[in-house]
Amino acid sequence: MPRRAGRAGGQGVRFQGLRDAGDPARLAAAYAAQGADELVLLDVSATPEGRGHALATVRAVRRVLPLPLTVGGGVRTAAAAGALLEAGADKVAVNTAAVERLELLDELAARFGRQCTVLALDAARRRDGAGWEVVIRSGRERTGRDAVGWPREAAVRGAGEILLTSWDRDGTGSGYDLELLAAVRSAVTVPIIASGGGATPEHMARALGTGADAVLAASIFHDGVTTVAKVKGRLAALGVEVRR
Amino acid sequence: MPRVTVVRTGTANLASVAAALERGGARVEVTANLASVAAADRLVLPGVGSFGAVARSLRGSGLAGTLVRRLADGRPVLAVCLGLQLLAAASEEDSGVPGLGLIDATVTRFAPGRRVPQLGWNRVSAGPGCRLLADGAAYFANSYKLDRVPAGWSGATADHGGSFVAALERGPVLACQFHPELSGAWGQALLERWLEVA
Repeated sequence: MPRRAGRAGGQGVRFQGLRDAGDPARLAAAYAAQGADELVLLDVSATPEGRGHALATVRAVRRVLPLPLTVGGGVRTAAAAGALLEAGADKVAVNTAAVERLELLDELAARFGRQCTVLALDAARRRDGAGWEVVIRSGRERTGRDAVGWPREAAVRGAGEILLTSWDRDGTGSGYDLELLAAVRSAVTVPIIASGGGATPEHMARALGTGADAVLAASIFHDGVTTVAKVKGRLAALGVEVRR
Repeated sequence: MPRVTVVRTGTANLASVAAALERGGARVEVTANLASVAAADRLVLPGVGSFGAVARSLRGSGLAGTLVRRLADGRPVLAVCLGLQLLAAASEEDSGVPGLGLIDATVTRFAPGRRVPQLGWNRVSAGPGCRLLADGAAYFANSYKLDRVPAGWSGATADHGGSFVAALERGPVLACQFHPELSGAWGQALLERWLEVA
């Protein structure tokens, strides 16, 4: 259950992963009060209660949240994305469904705009070490597809933002995959949110210096290791402009 | 309790702006009904979609005329994101389709080499004469922008490869390129100031 801290266009802290939380709306309000800049809810549909529950969660979070809200996980059609936007999401993230049917990105951008359309790109280093490949189904399936070429095509088709997760680093706390980040950065001009492995403000500052527009951190917030306010304070001391 | 009417312009997600206004104590109605829009105490022109599609749909439904009259009369309007751009005469996004034409200017695309869309937080500086707008940080989601504060308006600017119009105000008419409903406590306070003067 990762939760992400980040920066966009000079400032920003984002969070992901309220799915196991007892009261997402209460947590969302708490993170907003701590100074989070954005909230990302992933896999809300992957609950036993299914999609109706996801929509109810999005509605409850929306009522209290004065920040951008990205929702993803299991979105396979423009209609499903539309329901999430109607419920209060500002952006919808797609991964597996877009890899399996590329036109989904065109459809989302045409109906809702590029600014609503996020490609969640999960990448892992190829087993032979030569570059990275796209992984889908929450990391269970390697596709062989080039993880640098894919976001380039996705941005042309309609993705207005790339949520780039290093599957090698996710959960390790060893820092973002800066090589992967630099490679994807050189491929697209749309904003990139770096994710996977970020555990310290120093990790975040390095990712931001490598071309991420925002960084997303996970377990450090979930586990109560630190707070958004503390992270932002340290980022500011490191010379990163943050919204406070 | 202030009543606010949000114009349904198509496939826009209106939940965020409705929720923010409700947090500010407003009762919110979302409608595309011409009579409701004409009679609204306070009107919100929301901001998702493409310039050409929404401009055409406003004209086709007759809402364009109602909006132009309301804006010319200085009755309360909040225009958000694309809503601000629609006040202009035209946009590079869809060069063949006229806007509402209240502002004699063309909306332009961000310069090459910048992140497009601009999707994130940016600093906003309020210019002279602003009563509603204040300095702060706002959340933007746009690929196009208005370049200069037009005569007869007060405005705030931001920078993304050059200065652009972050917001405009004239009496109870407030037009924001950013999303006040997503701009944290600063944005919420701005919405509440608009509810007060509107």
